[in-house]
Parts: sequence; structure tokens; C-alpha cells
Amino acid sequence: MNKMPALLCAVIALYALNGCSGRTTSSVASGSPAPASTLTSGAAANPVAGVQRAFTPPSEAEIPSGPLGDTIREGRDIFVDTPAHASAYVGNTLSCSNCHLDAGRLANSAPLWGAYGMYPQFRKKNGHVNTFGERLQGCFRFSMNGKVPPLDSAEIVALETYSWWMAKGAPVGVKLNGAGYPKQGFKPPQPPDYARGEKVYAANCALCHGADGQGQQVAGRNVFPPLWGPQSFNWGAGMHELDNAAAFIKANMPLSRGGTLTDQDAWDVAMFMNAHERPQDPRYTGNLAETRAKYHDDRNSLYGTEVNGHLLGSPPAKQ
Amino acid sequence: MACPDQSHAKPRPDRGWLTRGVGFTVCCLWLAASPASATDALTITNQGNGKGAAPCMACHGADGGGMAGAGNPRLAGLNAAYLQKQLDDFAGGTRASPMMQATAKALSEDERQALAAYYSKQPIPPLLAKPSESPPAADGAGAVLATRGRWSQQVPACVQCHGPGGVGVGEHFPPLAGQSATYIEAQLRAWQRGTRHNDPLQLMQHLSAVLSEQDIQAVAEWFAAQPLTAKGATP
Repeated sequence: MNKMPALLCAVIALYALNGCSGRTTSSVASGSPAPASTLTSGAAANPVAGVQRAFTPPSEAEIPSGPLGDTIREGRDIFVDTPAHASAYVGNTLSCSNCHLDAGRLANSAPLWGAYGMYPQFRKKNGHVNTFGERLQGCFRFSMNGKVPPLDSAEIVALETYSWWMAKGAPVGVKLNGAGYPKQGFKPPQPPDYARGEKVYAANCALCHGADGQGQQVAGRNVFPPLWGPQSFNWGAGMHELDNAAAFIKANMPLSRGGTLTDQDAWDVAMFMNAHERPQDPRYTGNLAETRAKYHDDRNSLYGTEVNGHLLGSPPAKQ
Repeated sequence: MACPDQSHAKPRPDRGWLTRGVGFTVCCLWLAASPASATDALTITNQGNGKGAAPCMACHGADGGGMAGAGNPRLAGLNAAYLQKQLDDFAGGTRASPMMQATAKALSEDERQALAAYYSKQPIPPLLAKPSESPPAADGAGAVLATRGRWSQQVPACVQCHGPGGVGVGEHFPPLAGQSATYIEAQLRAWQRGTRHNDPLQLMQHLSAVLSEQDIQAVAEWFAAQPLTAKGATP
């Protein structure tokens, strides 16, 4: 594929890792105390969910030398510039780090350290127990609108190794504070509204992502990722769901000004973003209503619904 | 057709010079009254506009490359809309600089537009396009701030908005590569102090607030040493 989508891929991949995990039901309440050396509590802990623990991933300077460290670094490189380092499996211009900020390290931005220990996990999305590797495959299929790398491919092995390294010291099977996007109790005061979202977008998002939502590029590569259209994530990606998008936006957008939008603004602009056309869900059965019923029967998905006279997910959207 | 700015005229040694000065003044007035010359950017860059705007080249160099030692920025090759906004903002006071505020106020809107367009089309001076002879360490504090940011304080990598290597992105995110460390440092301090507050979404005012003096120096040095080539893709 072309080399433009690195940034977008990062966004998609980020979303896929944790955004999708939001659809699962296996979040684990805190269990026994974890080693104090790797977990912290206090200021960083979420006061609402006091049972959860904060976790600080190791510094990149601590990546070891030698073959293991080389693979960790390879995973990091794929993560922050996916089109350049996993081109065979990428179908758009995004990079994992577009949605998983700070190279997958940032709390409330679906960090890798928050996802790694939550697998294997049963996922409603595909109805079986997924390993972490299969979860990564989903990122490529949906968020990167690409092809699924084999579980033993260099790309999956490197991403899994990078994630494992970042999660070193974190408890297994425990939902850590800052994992995923902060969706707990995050509801829109009023139902999300396209017209309000359009205004929020113009005031806060168009500066970087462009009035047309296509991001901005330098030398053919993304600096700011496209939010919809042929180079963005497809209709099967977790970020197309309003709750995931709103939570990500609220916590992290505009870049460096996370937490400044109101809850209502975040939901409205998430709706505006996801009421635009994007690549077809690769699970499309040939029938939009059937595909919606099978995979999108959720009020957080606008797929297969009509917005402003356009039936979202209808042809000519292509796979 | 030289028309020296009266405010920059040197003391005249004799009446002959004075006569010529009057003649030049008439010339300048005539030119100023002419619609064609009112927006002649090249004339303004070399001679000022005759209404109080000093010649741009006096501080920004004949090629628009700036004067690193004085901290006067490069203008050549910058986005036209960005340049025009800065002139408007100097005039409006959201960006402070005694010299530039006086200059911008003395320029008409048409002149600001013409100058912005002129400099946006100027080639980047070859001297600035060359990589630094002694680039700062790739893992130094400046490099980390520039390319990775400091997310614990909601500071993204500079290149996430200013583009790979700081080459600049569109009309809102100017290039940092090809600017002097002195200029970049001065701007970061201006954001901190609020003497510059013309940033969209107050992005730079917020970012700069958490930077230390060492951070500012390190990141400015890193960008000042970057070559002006764009490789694409940011984290």
C-alpha cells in the first residue's frame, strides 16, 4: 500500500487494541494487591474506581540490548509508523500511535500495558476466546483496514513483544487504572447531535484534521491522521463506535488539551466524525441491514443508519 | 528608482543631498499614491513603504533567511497565510515586538498580504538547508522533547504538529527547522510570558508553561540543527 498512512494506522491500531476491548465483558475488578514495586496508588489513581491500580511502564531507555531488545524496538517502530514498518498488512495511512498516544504508553489512551495482561479474553465481537495476538490481528483488519498478519509473522511477534515489555511488572488479568479509554460512567447529557458536533469540530478539530477530516500530510505521509474517508479506519473498527470515540476524544483531544471539551461536546463531535463515510466493514455480507443486525446492533454504531439523508455503510463504500 | 525611507535617511552633508532627498521624497509620495506600487512587496522589502514601515531586508536579510545572531527569523519559504496572520497579529497586539508592531501597523492590509505572498515564494537560502555540522545528540533532552514529547505533562512531541524534523505543516504550524535557536527560544519564552498569545486553541501557551529554561534551550538547539528536508510521518 502507499506510505501515507503511518499516522492514521497508529490511530487505528491504537483504537483496535483497546477500543475494541471496550466491547468485551471481561474487565476485572481489582484482586489481590500487586507488588508495590510495579504498581502505584495515590495521586494517579482514579478516585472513582479506588480498587484499580495505576501502573507506570518502563522507560524506553530500559529496553535491553541484544535480540530481545531488537524485537521490542521493532515493535515500537511498527507501532509509531505502521505503514513504513508493516506495509504488507496496512490498507490505509494510519499508525497505531494515532489513537494509542505516546507510542502506546499514555494512560486513558488505550495503553499497551493496560491491554496486554487482559488477554486471553472472550470477546463478543467474534464470539470466542482471543489471545493477545489475535487481538492485534483485529487491529490490522479493522483499524488499519488491512490484511491480517499471521500470528507467527515478524510483525505480530514484534508488536506482542513490545507490549509484553511495556507491561512488565503489571498484574495479569487485572484492569489497571488508565487502561482502555475512560468510558465508565461516561454518558452524554443529551443524545449526541450532528449539528452541534459539526460546530465543535470546526472550533477544535479542523485546525489539525482539516475541515474535510482528511488530516494533513507532509511528503505524502500523515502528520495529522484522516478521521474518515478511504484512508481512515473501516466500519468494523472500535473507533467507529460513539462511546469509544467520545471517551478517546474527551481524554485526549485536542492534542495536548485533553479534558478540556465538555462531555456533551465530546459525544457530539464523536457523532459528527462517525457519521461520515469510511471503508466498508470487511465482514459485510452483501446486505447492509443484515450486516448491521449481525455486527452492529448497538446504539453506539451509526453503521447502516441514515444520517442527513445518507445511509451510512451503503455502497459505494468499498472493502 | 530608489526611494529611501525618510526615517532612515542619514544626516545630509550638503544642500545638494537635501535637494535630492526632497526629490526622493516626492518620488516616494508619488509611488505611495500609486495603486501598483502600494503592494509592491519587493520595493517594501528593500526600501520600506515610505510610511514608516522599515525595509524588511534590514532585519530579515536580503534573501529572507533571517539573522540568526539577532534572533530575527527566516521568512523565506514560510506559509503565506501564516506570515500574513503574524503581521496582522503584530498590528493587533496579540504578538509583541516593538519593531514588528510598528512595522506592521505602518503596512496596509494589501501590503501585508503582498509581503506574505512574496516571502512564501522565496527559495530557502542554501545556507539554511544544510544540516548542522554538529547536530545535538539523538537521545538528548531536546531530541526527546521534539520527537517524543513529555506526555506526563500533556506535552506532545513538537513534531506531531510542526511536522517531521520541524519542517512545518500548513498555515497554522510554522517550520522550526531553519530558524535560529535564539528565535525559537525567544518565542517559547514569549508564549510563557504571554507577550505572544496569538496561538490557535492556546496550544503553545499551555505547552510552554511546563517547560523549564533548560528544556527551552535544548529543544531550540535541536530544531535549529535540523536540515530542511521532510521525510514524512510523525508519532
